[in-house]
Amino acid sequence: MEALEVARWQFGITTVYHFLMVPLTIGLGLTVAVLQTAWYRTGKEQYLRMTKFWGKLFLINFIMGVATGLVQEFQFGMAWSEYSRFVGDVFGAPLALESLLAFFVESIFLGLWIFGWKRLPKGMHLLSIWAASLATMGSAYFILAANSWMQHPVGVEMIDGRPVMVDIWAVLTNNTLLVAYPHTLFGAFSVAGGFLLGIAWYHLWKRRRDGIDTVGADGKVLVGSNPAIGRDATDHKVWLTSLRVGAVVAMVSFAGVSLTGDLQAKLMFEQQPMKMAAAEAACHDGTGFSILSVGDLGSNDCDDMVAVVELPGLLSFLANGDFTTDIRGINTLIPEYQDSFGTHLPDNPVYGERAGTEIDYVPVMEVTYWGFRMMITFGMLAAGAALVALWIARKGTVPESKWLMRLAVFGILAPFGANSAGWIFTEMGRQPFVVAPNPDPNGIDNVFMFTAAAVSPGVSLAELVFSLCAFALVYGVLLVVEVKLLFAYCKGGVPSAMPEVLAHRDDDAGSGKGKDDDDVLAFAY
Amino acid sequence: MDFLPTLWFIIIAFFWTGYLFLEGFDLGVGMLMRGFARNNTDRRVLLNTVGPVWDGNEVWLITAGAATFAAFPHWYASLFAGLYLPLVLVLLALIFRAVAIEYRGKHDSPRWRSSWDWAIALGSFVAAFGVGAMLALTTTGLPLDANGDRVGGPFAWFNGYAVLGGLAVVLFCLVHAAAFLVLKTDGDIRARARRLLLRWLPVALLPMALWAILVVLAGGKPVTWVTLTVAVLGAAAAWLLARRERDGLSFAGLGIFLVAGTTTIFTAVFPNVLPSSLDPAFSLTVENASSSDYTLGVMSVIGAFGIPAVLVYQGYTYWVFRKRVSAESIPAAHAVVPQ
Repeated sequence: MEALEVARWQFGITTVYHFLMVPLTIGLGLTVAVLQTAWYRTGKEQYLRMTKFWGKLFLINFIMGVATGLVQEFQFGMAWSEYSRFVGDVFGAPLALESLLAFFVESIFLGLWIFGWKRLPKGMHLLSIWAASLATMGSAYFILAANSWMQHPVGVEMIDGRPVMVDIWAVLTNNTLLVAYPHTLFGAFSVAGGFLLGIAWYHLWKRRRDGIDTVGADGKVLVGSNPAIGRDATDHKVWLTSLRVGAVVAMVSFAGVSLTGDLQAKLMFEQQPMKMAAAEAACHDGTGFSILSVGDLGSNDCDDMVAVVELPGLLSFLANGDFTTDIRGINTLIPEYQDSFGTHLPDNPVYGERAGTEIDYVPVMEVTYWGFRMMITFGMLAAGAALVALWIARKGTVPESKWLMRLAVFGILAPFGANSAGWIFTEMGRQPFVVAPNPDPNGIDNVFMFTAAAVSPGVSLAELVFSLCAFALVYGVLLVVEVKLLFAYCKGGVPSAMPEVLAHRDDDAGSGKGKDDDDVLAFAY
Repeated sequence: MDFLPTLWFIIIAFFWTGYLFLEGFDLGVGMLMRGFARNNTDRRVLLNTVGPVWDGNEVWLITAGAATFAAFPHWYASLFAGLYLPLVLVLLALIFRAVAIEYRGKHDSPRWRSSWDWAIALGSFVAAFGVGAMLALTTTGLPLDANGDRVGGPFAWFNGYAVLGGLAVVLFCLVHAAAFLVLKTDGDIRARARRLLLRWLPVALLPMALWAILVVLAGGKPVTWVTLTVAVLGAAAAWLLARRERDGLSFAGLGIFLVAGTTTIFTAVFPNVLPSSLDPAFSLTVENASSSDYTLGVMSVIGAFGIPAVLVYQGYTYWVFRKRVSAESIPAAHAVVPQ
């Protein structure tokens, strides 16, 4: 192991982990804002309960995103100081804008929302969750602006060997960003959709298991009630609505993800042809989309690869919208890259031990090929399952089958998997570059950086190994804690997030000043 | 002197000062969760004085870091890579602390709470110490080579200034938190916080004053003697006013001490942002570490709207949650309903 590899593992682990929390935060945040709006406008108890329940899960998850986001902000300088020096003029700005324009809003308005029940006027309280939710999406925009610049550097001129920003507008309207942003948002909403669906299914199932809800001769639900444990008729509505909203959101998001993903692929065929060729393990030029390729992907050896099943023309369609244009394969691309960027890394001390070694322009195909397919498969599975779930629940409840319930809960993971796989694919597919050069006329060809040159020269292997182990350990422990807590609150249902459901049913939770005891905090840590 | 890099040096100094002023008391409150707080109710009172605001306070740190990246990439890269291990510890501390604050009350069991209490107390301590060490070192120097990389191994940064800066911020946070609790709580806790403030204030501010004096002696300008005097007067006023139970003014006195103190330190080191202890020629300065004028200009325009906006809505939060918190205002512990 050398420092570069450890640093890459660390960045990968901390970033993929951070991005488990991010999509759920973005998706659930908007869900809670919409639900609270529904409550604000209709005054229906059902929406208040949904706001409180999903809001509680949102917060348990949000804080993990905040905590792990700190690492993201710091680790560019810590482990990737050469990268930070090289790109700082253009890359730092979106991060600073994110912090100043979005992250402040998120944190401060969420504090207002959490502690503002009964203290803020209802409208202001509603505005707080909207501000926080919109700010999470604003954060995503700026972070993706930074990432898209690494995928497709624009708005800069090379001065003294460094990219210097000359057009912030170009950076903020990078075409890579304009498709990556909706793609990421839809991906986040699909996570929230699956989350709502799985948990709501569990509760509908539990109501049936406990004999609260039954099914009539026509298959329609007969809603029962057990107010002592908060399982009244409104509770049924909470879960049925959540299930339906979740399923619809999951399906709509999948459509959105597919459309934007298609646009993204077309761009990527232009901007990073090697990434897309590696996604296909496509060694030779052709038009077919591989369903199954055999050969030792791990060897990254093209002569070894045979596409067993492929859909003729599909790859061409993905790239160009027609079925006949040949797409350049890896064997064609390697010489092109070598011509433009050299066959060997320069003999420069920033490359460390790698100075002067041969450059491998092919990303790790095991990862790109399967990452691309896992992303698509998980996404399709989740959307298909949502459709089936919607149909199964059409008569107002779910079957008593324990296995179906487990499947629905387990299915929550599918959109997470799709998100992670997509990111791993696109980041690993960019290698060996950390800033990818652009062969297309809008990009700037001479702006690029090899990952091998990006790592901190002064940071030792031992330091990196220590931090990798420390982060992995802490992140692992905290994931267990978070998941346990989420499980407990999911199982507890609405009363766990809203004890007043059990206590005094006529409570006007959240509306203006509390009437009983003004001095007691409505919410306290 | 270039205008925009200088402006951004001032803005970053402003972010750091804002961070120490705001998160200063919530880090201090965090440290007081063990030792000062005697039981669960005490701890919940403490936690809820900062509950609605701590996360917003912490964004000042993130913004200071991100603005440094954008405005002075070389400063950001050399400082953060040079202090690799201490920053790993700061990050872990902040992670534990953040999660602990949010999760502590989410499950009703003494063991659960006790674990998170320690996470909050130790996390706050390590974060305060680490940030203090980092600021002390960026104002006094690291062993950097011509490329700005640290030489001499993982612990080459360690010296007396690191300890002094760490102590300075930890102790400042403690008295700042005590002054904050006097303003924000009632009853027994308030009385004890006042005793803590009166007893420790004169001692606790000494390390930060010493840090400022050392920096001024090393490279101060005439004006830094003035700001240093203001800082000392602020500290004296804070103490005298606390004795007379003029709590709001006493808190403001601490604020003056901090603002004048950091102004002294940053003004004294200017135009250096990170001196090299190996060779002054390798030192990073406002000029050689900064981004292009275009980048700084864009950020200035956005900052001109963004920074005042933050001050307004963050100020609004403090106004909304201005009431004192006492044992009587703490609701019953929140428990997951077993089903």
